[in-house]
Formats: sequence, C-alpha cells, structure tokens
Amino acid sequence: MAEYKLLTKDFGTERLQTLSVYESTGGYQGLREAFKKFTPESLVNEVKTSGIRGRGGAGFPTGTKWSFLPKDVFPRYLCCNADESEPGCFKDRYLIDESPHQLIEGVLIASYAIQCNTAFIYIRGEYHDQRLLLERAVEEARSAGYIGKNIAGSGFDCEIIVHGGAGAYICGEETALIDSLEGLRGQPRLKPPFPAIKGLYGQPTVVNNVETLCNLPHIVQRGGEWFKSLGTERSTGTRVFCCSGHINRPGNYEMQLGTQIRELLEEECGGMWRDRSLKAFQPGGGSMQVLLPEHLDLPLDMDAVAKAGSSLGAGAMVFMDETTCLVDVSMRLVDFYQHESCGKCVPCREGTYFESQLMHRLERGEASTSELATLAGICANMDGRCFCPLGDTATWFVMSAYKHFGEEFEAHCGAGECPVKARSVAMVA
Amino acid sequence: MSLSKATVAAIEKQRDRYPQPRSAILPALWAVQHEVGHLSPEAMGEVASLLRVAPSEVEAVSTFYSMYFQKPHGRHEVLVCINVSCGLRGADDIVGHLERTLGCASGETSADGEFTWASTVECLGACGGAPAMQVDHHFHEDLTPERVDDVLARVRNAGT
Ligand SMILES: Cc1cc2nc3c(=O)[nH]c(=O)nc-3n(C[C@H](O)[C@H](O)[C@H](O)COP(=O)(O)O)c2cc1C
Repeated sequence: MAEYKLLTKDFGTERLQTLSVYESTGGYQGLREAFKKFTPESLVNEVKTSGIRGRGGAGFPTGTKWSFLPKDVFPRYLCCNADESEPGCFKDRYLIDESPHQLIEGVLIASYAIQCNTAFIYIRGEYHDQRLLLERAVEEARSAGYIGKNIAGSGFDCEIIVHGGAGAYICGEETALIDSLEGLRGQPRLKPPFPAIKGLYGQPTVVNNVETLCNLPHIVQRGGEWFKSLGTERSTGTRVFCCSGHINRPGNYEMQLGTQIRELLEEECGGMWRDRSLKAFQPGGGSMQVLLPEHLDLPLDMDAVAKAGSSLGAGAMVFMDETTCLVDVSMRLVDFYQHESCGKCVPCREGTYFESQLMHRLERGEASTSELATLAGICANMDGRCFCPLGDTATWFVMSAYKHFGEEFEAHCGAGECPVKARSVAMVA
Repeated sequence: MSLSKATVAAIEKQRDRYPQPRSAILPALWAVQHEVGHLSPEAMGEVASLLRVAPSEVEAVSTFYSMYFQKPHGRHEVLVCINVSCGLRGADDIVGHLERTLGCASGETSADGEFTWASTVECLGACGGAPAMQVDHHFHEDLTPERVDDVLARVRNAGT
C-alpha cells in the first residue's frame, strides 16, 4: 500500500482552485447526487454507514454527531472548523490551498443533511491567503448557483460565511469557536449543553473539521459501504497525515487507514534525514503523547494508537532523530500551551505558567532533581482538572516524555546547560 | 481621526451579513487594523457604535487575540514560528539572524520603522516547510538566513 488518494486525487491539476476546473474533475457532482439520491435523513444514515470519524482530533463518528440535533428546532448552524492551530498540523491549509471548492461542496452536503441554511467557515487569522482564496471560491460558487437560494434547482437554500479568526489556538475548541463567532473572547463553554442542542446563537449547531467535510462528496458519490471498505473496521477511509521534523521529505500524505506507520515514514517521507536514526515521534499533534521507534509497527488506526498510549489526533506526525532533546521539545510545547491558555480556569492558567517556568530552568540545566517531582505534581493537578482539554493536554507530551526519557530529564538537573545539545555540538565538532 | 467612509461601509456590510451584528466584531477589527495599522481607542469606539455594543466590549475582544495590535507597528510584520517542527529544523538560528539583522528583540520594531518582528510559539501551520515565517501574512518556508535576507529585501523594496 502506498499513498491512497481520495481527497487529494486531483491535487496539482492546474487551476483546480477555479470552479470550471473543479467541475471538470467531477466537482459538485456529489452535491447534485446528494439532492437527487438522498433525503436529509437518508444522507445522515449514509454517512453513519461510512463509519467516518471526525478528523479534527477527537474522532467522533460524524453521522452520529449529526443525528443528535433535536428534531424541529430551527434555525440550525454548521461551523466548519478551519482553525487548524494544533502544533504539527498543516493538512487543512493544504486541503484549502489545493481545492477550496471541495471544502465548499462538503460544507453544502453537510448543510443539506442537517438542514442548515447558514454555514460558517471559521478560519484562523494566520491563514490570510487561504481565507481570501475561500472567499473568492464562495463568490464563484454563488454565481454558479451552488450557494444561495434553490441550489442547483433542489429547493434547498444555503449561505456560506467565511469568518477569519485573529490568533488564538483555543478557538479551535468547538465551544470557544462558537463564542468567537458570536463576537466574544474565544473561551470554552460548559458542556452540556453540547453544541448539537445549544450552540451558535443558542441554536442547534454542528462543528466539523475541514478534512471531515472534504470526505463528503466522495462518500455521497461512491457510497457509505464503499467508503467503509477502506481502512480498518473502526477507522474507515483515508487520512491526510502532516509529516514533519527530521525526515527527508516533509509534507502531507494521504494514507489509507490501517497502513503501518513505518511505511509512511520510510516510503512517503523518505526515512530519517542525514542517515540518522529515529529517537521518538509524536503522532496526532502537539497535544499527544510521545511514541518510540518500536511503535512504528503500529497501524494508522485510531484505536491501535490510543491503545499504545497516544492518539492519531489531528493527523500530525513529527519525527525526531537521535540528536533531539526531549526536554527542549517539551519546553516548546509547554510554552505554546502557556501562551494559548485562555485564562478561564485556574489549573490551566496557573499550571501552564508554573510548568513553563520550570521547563525553562530544566532545559538550561538549572533545576534540581527534586523539581522533577514538582513538575509531575503540577501536571497531576492539571490533567483531568481543567475546564477544557487544552489544560489537560498541556501535560500529556511532557509527562510521556518524562516517563520514557526519565534519564534525559534527570541528566539536565544541575548540569548548568542542556546536556543533549552539548553532546550534539561535540559530535559535530 | 475617524474611520474612512470605505472602512465604515465595509464594517456595515459585515454587520448585515451575520444573524447577529455582534458577530462582526472580528472582521470589523480587521478592517480597522487594515486602515489605521493598529486598534486605536477612538476607532474601537466607532466599531462599538456601528455594531451597537459597548466600547469596553470591543476592547475586551481585541485584547484576547494575538493578531490585533494595540500600538502602532512597523510597516511590515514578520512572524517566525519556533514551535516543535520548526525548532527541530533550525528556527532558533532564524531567530538569531533576525535579531542581528533587524537590530532589535522579538516583539520590537527595527529602528527604521520598517519591520516589527516576533518569534511565535503559536505553530503557524507550515511544519512541512520548516523553518517557516510569515511576512505581511504570506508564508515563506524552508528558510535559511540567506532566504530571510532575500525576502526582507524584496519586501522593503516593494514598499507595500
Ligand atoms: C484546545 C482545542 C483545540 C482544537 N483545535 C481544533 C482545530 O483547530 N480544528 C479542528 O477541527 N478541531 C479542533 N479541536 C476539536 C474540536 O473541538 C471539535 O472536536 C472538532 O472540530 C469536531 O470536528 P470533527 O468531528 O469533524 O473532528 C480542538 C479541540 C481542543 C480542545
């Protein structure tokens, strides 16, 4: 099995970003078929049959999420989550850059299924050029009758509003995204009520990731049963993996789920760079736990990776070679969470601050051995005690790295410098 | 100073697109920053009256998001990612290079007023092209100190 291109099949086609070229590759046929072949209810069932699980991180079954909407409560809203800010993730940007219309088609299909007449695409502020691209594509789709009233003669109406964020990782969390869209500081809301019951403007709301939605034209056209034949039993279809770090060919690779991680690394990514060996890798994104070379034999399967103590999360794969300092990597991630903590709850706001202070001292070789226990204590007081997963996950990488590379953490204590970097410099010299 | 007619019209257009006018705060602040270069208290006051919310609410929103500027910045904005994927491929060298060439620390503006630059722990989503930076919102990837110099020279000469 090599790369399996479903979403990315036509990527690289010249001017695929334009409506006419997108249509020439079969674009918007999925939407037309959705209107012809399905009622909203039967479409929800077809998506359930496909077994597709959300690509935004939590892996919740998409069709099931849609079926939670209370009957007869309108208006309903769809929010496409294009906030992509998870460290190590860059697939949603790629999906938008290469084929904005595929996403718009997915948004329209989901809107039809959940009977929503106003959909939003919430895109992070840093993706400025991608926002402009989407806005142009929305205008083009509108003038061709795919957006607005009576879409393609179906009687279904839908507007799409592209909404730019302004630099806040927390706005990727679905309830913070909703607050941000309402013109508030983007802080998470208490759940329940879940967005499906009370979301945007207090109405039933579905939040779905970019990649999740990009799958819909294909599920409609080829059927839920066919889709289910790809991947593994509980991880169906393909996923776009964002590969980065010390590898020869960083980039996005779409793989059938169930493929071995080793194959992704060796065949698609061209293996580790500079003939070095793999020390550790982080699947899923900055929030997820570190894995070791022995885990390369795992399949790209959400449950299998969860069983190994980490997660496929949002599809990142960050590979680190033998010269990498896991304390340094942990420190960068902790700094990120400290910066991005929204300040709403104390364990996250204070915990990430103390964590960050301590990690900097540790990386400089200034912390004492007893402070490692303090670090573990801070993390234990955060994990499971924060208002939303941001604070919980701010402890996951560092604690898993400490568990697997405890000696490296200890070697930093009182060393007066980073012992790993000192060794690497000596190696090069 | 009050906002130009074009900016006011843009904000009103945004306001009327949303089910609730308050939702237009973020796009309105973008429009202000585009015209003024930062978010002045007067401009935020105008946004508040256009969107029919209290000025303090607009300010509270504006300080939450890292991409809005409360103070004037240089003519160009440089943002260098130092998160894990960029860190693994030499982001610290890029940071050091910028400190030297622009002669100021992260978060500051070069003496000639051309560049405000910052290293950011918020991953920019360009890990496949690490190390990466954004200049005036555009991505530049696979950076080396020489590439950084090229990009900055081009931006400076283009003068936009
Ligand atoms: C701190 C935090 C950040 C998140 N960031 C994103 C994001 O950038 N993009 C995304 O799709 N989901 C993100 N999520 C997950 C969303 O809350 C939500 O589960 C997802 O958008 C649902 O879409 P899906 O079911 O299609 O995966 C984040 C969650 C948390 C807790």
